[in-house]
Amino acid sequence: MAEGTRLENVNPLIYQRSGERQLTAEDEDEDFVDPIDDREIFDLIRSINDPEHPLSLEELNVVEQMRVHVNDNESTVSVEFTPTIPHCSMATLIGLSIKVKLLRSLPERFKIDVHISPGTHASEQAVNKQLADKERVAAALENTHLLEVVNQCLSARV
Amino acid sequence: MCDLRSKAPRMHAMAGDGLELLSLVEEFVVGQQDSKAEDIATGVTTGQFTILKLVEGLGSVLTSCEPRTRGRGVQLLSSVIQQCYANLQEQEVQVLTKFYENRLKDHYIITPHVLQGLKSLTMSPALPSGLAVSILGSLFQDIHVQSLMQAERFCVYSILLNLMGSCEGELKGLGANFVFGFIQAMDGEKDPRNLLLSFQIAQNIINRKYELGTFTEELFEVTSCYFPIDFNPPPNDPHGITQKDLVLSLRAVLSGTPQFAEFLLPLLIEKLDSDIQSAKLDALQTLTACVASYGHKELKEFLPSLWSSIRREVFQTASEKVESAGLSALHGLTACLSRSVLTCDSEDSLETFLNLIVKDCQHHLCEPDLKLVWPSAKLLQAAASSSFRASCKISRVVVPLLLEQYNHHVQSTQRRTLLEVLQKFIHSAKRSPVEEGGESSLAEYRQSLCSVVFCALSDSSSALQTSGLRTLMAIGNHPGLLFGTDIELAVDHLSKFILEDVDNETSLVAMEASGSLACLHTTAFCSRMVPALKEKILSDCLGGSGETPPAKSQQALFLRIVRALAAISTHPNLVRETVPILLQVLSASHTGNVQIRQEDVISVCQNLQCIVELAQGSEESACYFHETVIPYVLGLSLQAAFHKERTLSPLREEKVLSALVPVFSAASGCSQHMLAAQTASQILMLFLVGDATFLPENNVPQNVNLLKSHSDNSAQTQLVCLLMGCVCSLPINAELPMLDQLLTELEELSCTCLHPFTYTSAAKCFAGLVNKYPSGQKLDQLLENTLTRIDTILTSTEPSSSSNQKQAFTFLLWLTKALLLRYHPLSAPLTDKLLCLLVDPSLGTLAADGFALLMNDPPDVLNKACHADVRMMYRQRFFTETAPKLVQGFNSSPKEMKSSYLKALSHILNCLPKQVLISELPALLPLLLEGVSCPDSEVQLSTLSCLHPLLLDIPQVLTLHLETLITKLLGLTSSAAMKIRIMSLRCLHALTQLPLHVILPFRSRTLRALAVPLDDKKRLVRKEAVLARGEWFLLGGPGK
Repeated sequence: MAEGTRLENVNPLIYQRSGERQLTAEDEDEDFVDPIDDREIFDLIRSINDPEHPLSLEELNVVEQMRVHVNDNESTVSVEFTPTIPHCSMATLIGLSIKVKLLRSLPERFKIDVHISPGTHASEQAVNKQLADKERVAAALENTHLLEVVNQCLSARV
Repeated sequence: MCDLRSKAPRMHAMAGDGLELLSLVEEFVVGQQDSKAEDIATGVTTGQFTILKLVEGLGSVLTSCEPRTRGRGVQLLSSVIQQCYANLQEQEVQVLTKFYENRLKDHYIITPHVLQGLKSLTMSPALPSGLAVSILGSLFQDIHVQSLMQAERFCVYSILLNLMGSCEGELKGLGANFVFGFIQAMDGEKDPRNLLLSFQIAQNIINRKYELGTFTEELFEVTSCYFPIDFNPPPNDPHGITQKDLVLSLRAVLSGTPQFAEFLLPLLIEKLDSDIQSAKLDALQTLTACVASYGHKELKEFLPSLWSSIRREVFQTASEKVESAGLSALHGLTACLSRSVLTCDSEDSLETFLNLIVKDCQHHLCEPDLKLVWPSAKLLQAAASSSFRASCKISRVVVPLLLEQYNHHVQSTQRRTLLEVLQKFIHSAKRSPVEEGGESSLAEYRQSLCSVVFCALSDSSSALQTSGLRTLMAIGNHPGLLFGTDIELAVDHLSKFILEDVDNETSLVAMEASGSLACLHTTAFCSRMVPALKEKILSDCLGGSGETPPAKSQQALFLRIVRALAAISTHPNLVRETVPILLQVLSASHTGNVQIRQEDVISVCQNLQCIVELAQGSEESACYFHETVIPYVLGLSLQAAFHKERTLSPLREEKVLSALVPVFSAASGCSQHMLAAQTASQILMLFLVGDATFLPENNVPQNVNLLKSHSDNSAQTQLVCLLMGCVCSLPINAELPMLDQLLTELEELSCTCLHPFTYTSAAKCFAGLVNKYPSGQKLDQLLENTLTRIDTILTSTEPSSSSNQKQAFTFLLWLTKALLLRYHPLSAPLTDKLLCLLVDPSLGTLAADGFALLMNDPPDVLNKACHADVRMMYRQRFFTETAPKLVQGFNSSPKEMKSSYLKALSHILNCLPKQVLISELPALLPLLLEGVSCPDSEVQLSTLSCLHPLLLDIPQVLTLHLETLITKLLGLTSSAAMKIRIMSLRCLHALTQLPLHVILPFRSRTLRALAVPLDDKKRLVRKEAVLARGEWFLLGGPGK
């Protein structure tokens, strides 16, 4: 970070990371069918990197397991995320990263809905609209600069 | 007259030599035959020609008016000197040097050869004094180094280095002129090879204290302009110079002298502020290197800027490398200031600097929810760990602050963060060197520290409890912080965590803390924890009626207590308290008074083994084991084997006996050889002649031979495994009575007994003894007899003996293992026998799996801990000898037999060190790819697990086979076995490390195929699919 660039929120609140999911005997059982559950979806998105901090979305409490809902039978996923400050300019980018991560990691049958937790951001509706619009998401990913930042958020940290 | 006559032939010969020399010179100069230089050099070395003659012979060439001819002449002379500079006389060196110096003024095409010649001359041991100065004078005056080619510049630097090595005094006599000349010579150098040399020269100038005079800044400028080094060696670079070589070499120059400080520090600060990660890293590391030789005088004026740059990096960076480099730099800075001697009128710069750090960091410690609490704590700890003074100063501010904050904040997450920071401070305070006779910097906060820890231990949050336990461990290991009633309180807390049903991590940490504190505070553990655990295990776990099976929580409690007893057995006094409890449990399970599950008995045995291993070095404990524990356990096992009413005793079970073997073998392998040998011979007498007098409660039938097999005495014969544990772990030179009789009985037992556990144990015991048997005729005879017997059974077609084939095979396998380990010549033919058995219809699979045994260390016999004769690199040797045979067998055998070969091969490959695999793999790759598509799922799995590490380490060898490999791996992602699906996905994940241009063509196809396992029914498979597909998506994209 060069002298000139300043972070929007220099010293954010950080939260405890949940540990790895505990293995159960059923996980090891060949014949048992493991349904896709909330925790599994949460595990997919909790380690996404924040675009400006060396911290994960989970550590910044941007995503929480209680705000993730999945219905395996109906093939729907809904994720609410909470920007760290109401004017956070990164909100769209964070939403896009979550959406792209889920698109890449879930079977095609799923309908994926990503939106801001109600009442936590100034331009909540505009962001939600952008994230729900398939065309706009596709167009955003055509933009090399945007894709670069999204890919950085999704890369394993060095 | 006489003289003349005798000289005549020699003179004739010399005239002949002269002619020969002239013709050689002619051929070199005019005929352009470079090889002639070699011939002349050989002549000079052997004394056939002299240098003088050569110069005379070259006369006309060197004075020719054609520069090329002169050049050719000088080239010849230089090549010859290069070969024989070591034999030159002082006079010759003198003349030649003067000549060469003169030639420097000559035509430019001659210069390369002149420099070559001068370089050789400077290596001559006979270099007369005074010449160095004159050579340098000519060099600096007549040559403009940077307009020469790379090789010539290299020559100039070599000349300087040579002279620095041999004529240091003369060079120093030149004063600053030498440095000036060097600066002019290297100014503008670009080639990495030359840079390495010139950095070396600069390093010598600094380290050997050449006079820099007014050129300090110039020398700094001419070297520091390369900082930070940014160098990417071209692919296939033959010189092998890396960025790291250059970086380290330049760093040694820049950080070599405090005289550079005023120039270097501003440069470092500037680079720290740059955007390039590697520049920051280099700047921080160079700072760490240079402060080692600096004092506060050099640093003083830059301290505030250095601190703010370091602070910024540690606060904001996303890279752990930059963070840790920043912390080391701060540690170095503080250490440097702590070392500096103060004059009476100067201010205390350490005090000022620490105040700065504390001021900027301490307020972050009051916000335990926020991000900056951690980097602030790390900075403070880095400074505190550098010296005792720094540690005292920082502790005095930080520790009371943290203690106060702990009481101020009430949420357990906040308290936990504060406690963890505190714990790190206790660690760093321990690292800082304590001054002679001084007290720890934390001593004054002892009381408050203890009460905060006890408060955390009594909290309801298990995460806080865990941090409390860790802090307790830190305090307990810090000299002088935990004593008196506080220890007793701490031990009571620990006992509580072991006995109460807390979550898994907490109880593990409690166990670890007990182990680490028990050796320091033995008495408290003896008097408080042991009785508490004992009472609980005897009343709650064993006190039940034996009718109802114990509840799940009771079993967990039982296991925790047993584990804790083992963990705290770190001192002979504790061992004598804990082991009797475990023995009491064993005995209770044996008599059947209480019902204990088999796995619980096994865990008692395992923990007994841990105790024996932990106490390996202590003579006192060893005595106790050999005199009391081993006879007691053996007595119990014998009773279980002989007494009909004890048929339910767990000590008759194979699994329990197998768990007891390591107890015997650990006790027998201990450093008290005398004791071990005595026990071994007692046990031997028991097995061979039935002498049981050394056992307690000795009520076994007298004179029974435990090694004689009957139809229904497997309960007794299987005890041979305990005999194995005892006799096979003795040191290699230990003598055993009646060894040969024992071997005969064991051979009989392993060939004839029908009970699998018995005959396998007997074979292992035999193998363990043969491995250590002294080589010689006796051993050869023994082996010959045994092998004949094995062969007879294996080749026999009679139905009666074919039932014994399995026994014979097992025996053969273990014998091969024993001989293989000690490089016995018979191991090769025995391996061939096993190879033949791979196609045997009934023994083929067993033989294939046998290769895993040959390559792995068995847990209970024939390993290093059992003092077995294990030669270095036996695995590599086995691989080199066997792999070609396996490949050949694979190629020549019918299809249905191939899988045995593949399995054997993959067993071998799985155990080889990676370095060996990497060199051998290309040849075996087609076979491995075959293995991936082999229908046997076990072969598939083991091939995949063999491929996976290779893909991570050397993916490039697979480039040629990529198409096949990816197709096969994608096919396996829908295999029926979960493990195969997981492993194939991992391999696909690893493939993303290949160079982009190789792997990119497969991207879209792989992404499509990987969409399928995203919907796998098993979560573990989906997890791997997500990881692999995510990486494949990033391939070729921006931001990767």
